[in-house]
Amino acid sequence: MADVAVMREIEATASRLGVDLSAIDLDSIRLPPDDDLGIQSDDEDVYQEENLEFDTGFGNIIVVDNLPVVPREKFEKLEGVIRKIYSQIGLIKEDGLWMPVDPQTEKTLGYCFIEYNTPQEAELAKEKTHGYKLDRAHIFSVNMFDDFDRFMKVPDEWAPPETSPYTPGENLQHWLTDSKARDQFVIRAGSDTEVLWNDARHLKPDPVYKRAFWTESFVQWSPMGTYLATIHRQGAAVWGGATTFNRLMRYAHPQVKLIDFSPGEKYLVTYSSHEPSNPRDANRVVINIFDVRTGKVMRDFKGSADDFAIGGAGGVAGVSWPIFRWGGGKDDKYFARLGKNMISVYETDTFSLVDKKSLKVESVMDFSWSPTDPILALFVPELGGGNQPARVSLVQIPSKEELRQKNLFSVSDCKMYWQSNGEYLAVKVDRYTKTKKSTYTGFELFRIKERDIPIEVLELENKNDKIIAFAWEPKGHRFAVIHGDHPRPDISFYSMRTAQNTGRVSKLTTLKGKQANALFWSPAGRFIILAGLKGLNGQLEFYNVDELETMATAEHFMATDIEWDPTGRYVATSVTSVHEMENGFNIWSFHGKLLYRILKDHFFQYLWRPRPPTLLSPEKEEEIAKNLKKYSKKYEAEDQDVSMLLSEQEREKRKALKDEWERWVNEWKKQHEQEKLERQRLRDGEASDEEEEYEAKEVEIEEVIDVKEEVVPLDHE
Amino acid sequence: MRPILMKGHERPLTFLKYNRDGDLLFSCAKDHNPTVWFADNGERLGTYRGHNGAVWCCDVSRDSTRLITGSADQTAKLWNVQTGQQLFTFNFDSPARSVDFSVGDKLAVITTDPFMELTSALHVKRIARDISDQTAESLLVLKGPQGRINRALWGPLNKTIISGGEDAIIRIWDSETGKLLKESDKESGHKKTITSLVRSVDGSHFLTGSLDKSAKLWDTRTLTLIKTYVTERPVNAVAMSPLLDHVVIGGGQDASAVTTTDHRAGKFEAKFFDKILQEEIGGVKGHFGPINALAFNPDGKSFSSGGEDGYVRLHHFDPDYFNIKI
Repeated sequence: MADVAVMREIEATASRLGVDLSAIDLDSIRLPPDDDLGIQSDDEDVYQEENLEFDTGFGNIIVVDNLPVVPREKFEKLEGVIRKIYSQIGLIKEDGLWMPVDPQTEKTLGYCFIEYNTPQEAELAKEKTHGYKLDRAHIFSVNMFDDFDRFMKVPDEWAPPETSPYTPGENLQHWLTDSKARDQFVIRAGSDTEVLWNDARHLKPDPVYKRAFWTESFVQWSPMGTYLATIHRQGAAVWGGATTFNRLMRYAHPQVKLIDFSPGEKYLVTYSSHEPSNPRDANRVVINIFDVRTGKVMRDFKGSADDFAIGGAGGVAGVSWPIFRWGGGKDDKYFARLGKNMISVYETDTFSLVDKKSLKVESVMDFSWSPTDPILALFVPELGGGNQPARVSLVQIPSKEELRQKNLFSVSDCKMYWQSNGEYLAVKVDRYTKTKKSTYTGFELFRIKERDIPIEVLELENKNDKIIAFAWEPKGHRFAVIHGDHPRPDISFYSMRTAQNTGRVSKLTTLKGKQANALFWSPAGRFIILAGLKGLNGQLEFYNVDELETMATAEHFMATDIEWDPTGRYVATSVTSVHEMENGFNIWSFHGKLLYRILKDHFFQYLWRPRPPTLLSPEKEEEIAKNLKKYSKKYEAEDQDVSMLLSEQEREKRKALKDEWERWVNEWKKQHEQEKLERQRLRDGEASDEEEEYEAKEVEIEEVIDVKEEVVPLDHE
Repeated sequence: MRPILMKGHERPLTFLKYNRDGDLLFSCAKDHNPTVWFADNGERLGTYRGHNGAVWCCDVSRDSTRLITGSADQTAKLWNVQTGQQLFTFNFDSPARSVDFSVGDKLAVITTDPFMELTSALHVKRIARDISDQTAESLLVLKGPQGRINRALWGPLNKTIISGGEDAIIRIWDSETGKLLKESDKESGHKKTITSLVRSVDGSHFLTGSLDKSAKLWDTRTLTLIKTYVTERPVNAVAMSPLLDHVVIGGGQDASAVTTTDHRAGKFEAKFFDKILQEEIGGVKGHFGPINALAFNPDGKSFSSGGEDGYVRLHHFDPDYFNIKI
C-alpha cells in the first residue's frame, strides 16, 4: 500500500514539473556522494542498524576539557602539546584530534575531542590524564564521549526514587536448620554442578539441587556458607536460599577470572586481567569490590598487572591472589594490599586508605593479617647486603603503631602462620648456614594475647631437617610439623604450653618415618590427618593428638584433595581430574572409617558448605561438653534406629531384587522349554540341550604312527 | 588355589573360548597362532598355524570338531580341532573381528572392520557339514553401524543377531531378512565403545562390557536393560558364571598409559559382581596389563583370563567360592 502511495506521489510531482517518467531510467540517477538530498532510505531496518552503530561508535572518543583558550597563532602549538600527551597512551586515529574554534573570536573553546583506535585505549587515556596538570590553571578534565549523553539525561529536578515494597527474602540460613544436623557440599563433575547433603547415617549423599552448566569455571562458597558463587563470562553471581538455590545477586564484571569473599561475606572482590593492545605492555588488571547484598560496586581498581604484582622490592613477578587481604576479623573492617615499599590499608567505611596514607615499609616482602584482630604481621628481608637485619613486626591498625618487632639475621626467607583464634603467630625462618651454601629452619613463636607479646625461639632437634609442612591446631594450642629430608619424614607435635607452665612451648611427640607430606587438622581440633598426597598415592593416617595414638590408617589411592566438614565429624578425600583415573570422592568418619565412595568422571571440585560461627556462648559450650553423655544418648538411639531401618531396608531390597530376577528367569525357562523342539530340529534332532544324559564312554583309539620292517637276525650258536 | 599361568603366546591375548565339554580352552592372541590347551591343567595341546595377522576371535562347534577363527589378515578360517588342519578360508576385504557359530553349527556370523572406504559389516555364512561342500558365499550381509562392530552373537533359535561396537549401540537384527529390529536407547545404554558381549547359558540374557567403565545386562528378546555393574576402569572383557549368579568383569587402564603411573593405578583385576544385587564381591589380581579376555568353564568351577601381558591365567575356584554369601 505504502509503495503505491509513494509511486502516486512521485507521479503527481513529475506531472507538475512536466517530466515524463517513462523516459527516465531511474537506475541511472546518481545522488552526489555523502548527500542524500533529504531523501530517507525506505529501508527501515538498515536505518535502525546504522543508528545502533552510532551509539557504540563513539566509545573510543574522549573529551578533554579545561584546556587553555588560545588565539589562532598558538593553536598549532597547543595542538602539538596535546597530541604529544595523548599519543603516548595509544594510537590516535588519523584526523582523530579535533579542537573546535569559536568562529567569531577565532580562539579555541578550551576543549578538544580525541579519537583512538580502540575503546580500551580511550578508557586508559581517560584514567591516566583525568586531573593531569598542564599548569596551575589548567587541570584536565577528561570524559568519555559516550558519557555525555548519560550526563545530559540526568534530570534537572531531583525526583525521589521509588521505593519498591519490601518482599521478605528466603531464609538464607535454612540449611542450618536440618533436623538431622547434616552438612551440605557442592561437587562439580563434567558439566554438572550438584549440591548434596552428606547423609552419613544412610551412607550415601542426598541430593539437594543439581544444574548443568551452572558456572563457567568454578564455584565457591562464601566463608559462612550463605552464598554459592558462580563464575560467568559477564561476571559473578551468588545463589542461595532454602533448597532451590535461586539467584540472589549478579555482579557485572566482564571476563572475571578470580573472586574472593571478605571473611564476614559482606564484600566480594572480583578480578580480571585483559590482554593489552600493545604486546609489550603488561596485562591490564581490573578489580572490583562489590557489596554482596546490594550488588553495588564499592570501589574499583584498574591498572597494569605490574602494579599489582607482589614481591615488594623487585620480587617475583605475577599477580598472586588474593591481592587484597581482609583483616579485622569477621567485621570486614579493613583490607590491605602489598605494594612497592608499602602496604596499602583500606577501610570499608569509606573504601579509602586509612589516614589517606599507605603504610610505608621499605622493601616489605610479605604481610598477613591476624585472623581475628586488626593486626598485621609483616616481613622485611635483609637490606644493604646484610648490614640491616631482616625483621618481622606486628602493626596495629588503624593506629599503625608497631606492637612488637623482632630482628633476624642471615635470613633467606620467612613464612608466617597464624593460629585461627589469632592467639599465636609462628614465623618459620629459613637461615643461611655459615657457609651460606645451605639453609636451616627455625621457628619464632609470638604469643599475641599475652602482655608485651613474648617471643620464643623453637629449633628442631635436627636443625638441618627440611620443613615439609606446618599446621596449627584450629582454636587450639598445638601445632604439627612434618620435617626431614628422606622420603619418609618425621612428624612432630608441639604444644604452646607445658604441664606446669602455660608460657613455654613443649614437644609432645615425634612420629618417625611417616609417608606423609600434608597435614589436615580437624576444624574442631584434637584429630589430624597425616596425608601423603601426590607422589605418595594418597596414604592417610587418622591421628588422635590428645591420646597421641593412631586411630586408623587407610588409603585413598591417588587422592589429590582432603577437606574436613565444618563440624569435624567427617572428612572428604577426592581425586580430581588432574588424574584421568579414579575420579571421585570418599567420605570418612573422623576416626578413619570409610563411609561411602562415589565415582565421577571428570571430577573437578569438592567443597563443604561452611557454617557460620556458633551462637552458643563459651559457657554453654562447655556445659554441653561436660554433659555430652546425656545428649549423646538420644543420638545414639537415633543412630541405632537408622541402622536397624537400613539393614531392614537393605534386606527387603535384596529380597525384592531376587524375587524379581526369579520371576523373570522362570518366565524364560518356560519359553526355553517351549522352544526345545525347535532347537532340536536346528541341531538335526540331537536331543540334548543341557548337560544331562550323556555318559562318558572310554574309547580306545589306536593310531598307527609308523610301520617299520626290521630283520631280526636269528642267533645261532 | 594358585592360578595356572599359561605362557604360550608372544603377544597380547584377544579372546578365550571353552568348548562345550569344558575340557579344552582355545585362546587367540595378536601373534598369529590360536592355541588349544587342556582346560584342567593348562597343558598346551597345539596351535593352529596358517593365519598371517592378529587373531581376534574364535568359536568352536558343539561337538568340538570344528574351530572357526577371525583374523586381521582379512580372513576367517575353519579348522579341524583335532588335527589342526586348515579346512576352509573365507576371504574378506577387511579384518575379521568376531565369529560365532549358530545353534546347530550350520551358520556362522562373521563381522568385518571398517577398512579404507569399506564400512563395517556382518556376514552370515552357511557352514557345510561336509567340508567339500563349503562355499564362501554369504547368505546375508548387514551394514549400517558406524565404526567397528566388536562382537556379534546369535540370538535365540538363530532368529536374531545381536551386535555391539564402537558406536556404543546394541542392535538386534533379524537373521533371515537382515532387518534391524531393535536398538538400545541412548539414555540407558553405554556411553562408549562396547568391547565385549556374552550370552547367558540359556540365551535369555546377555552381558555387555564397555569402555565407559560399566557392564550391562540385557534381556535378549526385548533389549531392556536389566542390570548395570559399575567399575573404575574401562571394561575390555566380561563373563558370566554358568553355575552361580556371578558376573566377572575385566579390563584396566588403557595399555598405552600403563607405564606412566604406579602399578596399582592400572587395576588389572578381574572383578566379581553379584549378578542380581549388582554388588562387587571380590577381585582376582595378577595380570600386569589390562585384561582383554575372560571365559568361564561351562562347569562353572574355573575361569580363565587373558591379558595384554601375553599370559593366560587359569583359575580353579577354592571351595569357599561356592559358599559366598552377601
